[in-house]
Amino acid sequence: MDTISKEDIRKPENIVYKRTELLTDKVMSYCPGCGHGTAHRIIMEVLEEMGIQDKTIGIAPVGCSVLAYEFMNIDMQQAAHGRAPALATAVKRLNPDKFVFTYQGDGDLAAIGTAETIHACNRGENIVIIFINNGIYGMTGGQMAPTTLEGMKSSTSPYGRDIKSMGNPIKMTELVAQLPGTIYVTRQAVHTPANVRKAKKAVRKAFENQKLNKGLSFVEIVSNCNSGWKMTPNQANQWMVDNMFPFYPLGDIKVNED
Amino acid sequence: MSMKELRLMKGNEAFAEAAIRAGADGYFGYPITPQSEVMEYLMAEKPHERTGMIVLQAESEVAAINMVYGGASCGKRVMTSSSSPGMSLKQEGISYIAGAELPCVILNAVRGGPGLGTIQPSQSDYFQSTKGGGHGDYRLIVLAPSSVQEMADFAPLAFDLAFKYRNPVLILSDGAIGQMMEKVELQEQRPRFTEEEIRKNTPWATMGKTPDRERNIITSLNLDSHVQEEHNIHLQAKYREIEKNETRWETIQCDDAEYILVAYGTSARLSQKAVDIARAKGIKLGLLRPITLFPFPTQPIAELANRVKGILSVEMSAGQMVEDVRLAVGDKVKVAHFGRMGGIIPSPPEIVEALESKLIGG
Ligand SMILES: Cc1ncc(C[n+]2csc(CCOP(=O)(O)OP(=O)(O)O)c2C)c(N)n1
Ligand code: SF4
Ligand SMILES: [Mg+2]
Repeated sequence: MDTISKEDIRKPENIVYKRTELLTDKVMSYCPGCGHGTAHRIIMEVLEEMGIQDKTIGIAPVGCSVLAYEFMNIDMQQAAHGRAPALATAVKRLNPDKFVFTYQGDGDLAAIGTAETIHACNRGENIVIIFINNGIYGMTGGQMAPTTLEGMKSSTSPYGRDIKSMGNPIKMTELVAQLPGTIYVTRQAVHTPANVRKAKKAVRKAFENQKLNKGLSFVEIVSNCNSGWKMTPNQANQWMVDNMFPFYPLGDIKVNED
Repeated sequence: MSMKELRLMKGNEAFAEAAIRAGADGYFGYPITPQSEVMEYLMAEKPHERTGMIVLQAESEVAAINMVYGGASCGKRVMTSSSSPGMSLKQEGISYIAGAELPCVILNAVRGGPGLGTIQPSQSDYFQSTKGGGHGDYRLIVLAPSSVQEMADFAPLAFDLAFKYRNPVLILSDGAIGQMMEKVELQEQRPRFTEEEIRKNTPWATMGKTPDRERNIITSLNLDSHVQEEHNIHLQAKYREIEKNETRWETIQCDDAEYILVAYGTSARLSQKAVDIARAKGIKLGLLRPITLFPFPTQPIAELANRVKGILSVEMSAGQMVEDVRLAVGDKVKVAHFGRMGGIIPSPPEIVEALESKLIGG
């Protein structure tokens, strides 16, 4: 049997996959098994493949991804909780030739930043919104989010979310799909290689839409929070498949092709 | 159209026109009386066709100030305007902008409060404007116009100071200054910054990472307390530098004065009339008008205190600036406060009466 040496493997012609240059060498601060890291990677791969690093401005508000600027090797702005779509609106309006995206959690986008999100979508700002929905406030230690499922336990719903007293989980993605300003609205996941490929395709489509000045593309990524959910990474992924996906079904919700 | 010219304008309109001519890139606002003329003027004027400047009506003051944050992060000349209740909403964003050290211009046409209050002129946002306003240790540069001409002149000045110090600049006005009409001389059109100028003059701006530099990050976050403290020390040093270089004030009939009024904005206009009335009665009264409220003209007030008998701080508030006057004066001479509240403008004779009862007679 032929063996290939390490040197052979490293030859450029033999390389089949390498980490994108658009991720820095900084060790990510995310918990092992968390979906944030994979989501970062596919966005950076798309920017690299499109060759638009020098024209892209990313905006991350608070949430576990508040330090996204440590990992994404592009110009970045750190926004206040919920406000990223407002920053993005101005950045894009003032720099129509740049590519602009926000990277927001569910607490950020669907609670404190609801107004900024809805109105950026409604105005049809020519930006990309990446929405990481893990059904919980990861960063602050696992409190209930607007997206927390009925009966789901969190540190502020210790007996499970009670709809009557705590309200319903909100489907922001379906909501913004109804607005004429959104051009492409989709829900993806990154827990399996097949889903990563699909999610990356969606992110690519979103940035291609921006390139064509089509309007606002909204990509939800249903993700896990093993720390907040108090599960192992594998349990968390399984729990996500069994519980999150039925309520937040994956797939395109709106694709405007004109 | 964009040459130097004389026009009869409202203060708010003069500010808007002057901002276009100052080379502003973007305005983001939300309607509130008494400053809606700013956005109305800009929308009617279509500055996009004149200079490429964009104007956007945001969904809230919160969104508007965060649009300013995003635009300022790109090294653009961006601005917003509001009035007191809206300014309360903007404080979170202003704190971030100050923390991230970004330039921008903010106009507050102050109205009486607290709460929804009144739409009439007031000066009750002095503390909020000069002591920080939002959370954290920071200061804005605060300019206090007292005429339509200054509403126009302060637009380019505010942008220049904002960029010189990478700091938000607040123009503290009110409905009287904003809505009265006066003759105003407008400056010639300045060009907007080009992308090359932005990349060269504001190398920190997030305009896209090119291969020749590291990525730029706009943030006010420092998880390490030691790094945060270093940042605080740096900010404080900047504020001391601003105090050293940018303190502006005007003195009127102070040379032989035995009593001094300290007043800014609308109150300064009325106080100037009060000086005339007092002098006609034989009282040697002068006026010191702070033009910057931060930095505050502490030194000139302290010097006047060495040679006058008393100082009256005249404000349309319960007495906010008077604290800074007292800090400047110490116990050299008596300092009193006179003010009306709730949107009431004091009359010049009322000011003289207060002077007589609180300082001369008292
Ligand atoms: C004005 C304000 N309120 C509250 C917070 C505290 N805070 C930081 S992140 C966060 C929730 C983040 O949850 P999410 O957006 O879902 O992001 P995740 O960490 O789950 O990825 C909260 C409440 C804050 N930073 N600012
Ligand atoms: S707390 Fe949750 S969302 Fe945050 S890094 Fe850990 S697993 Fe990810
Ligand atoms: Mg979350």
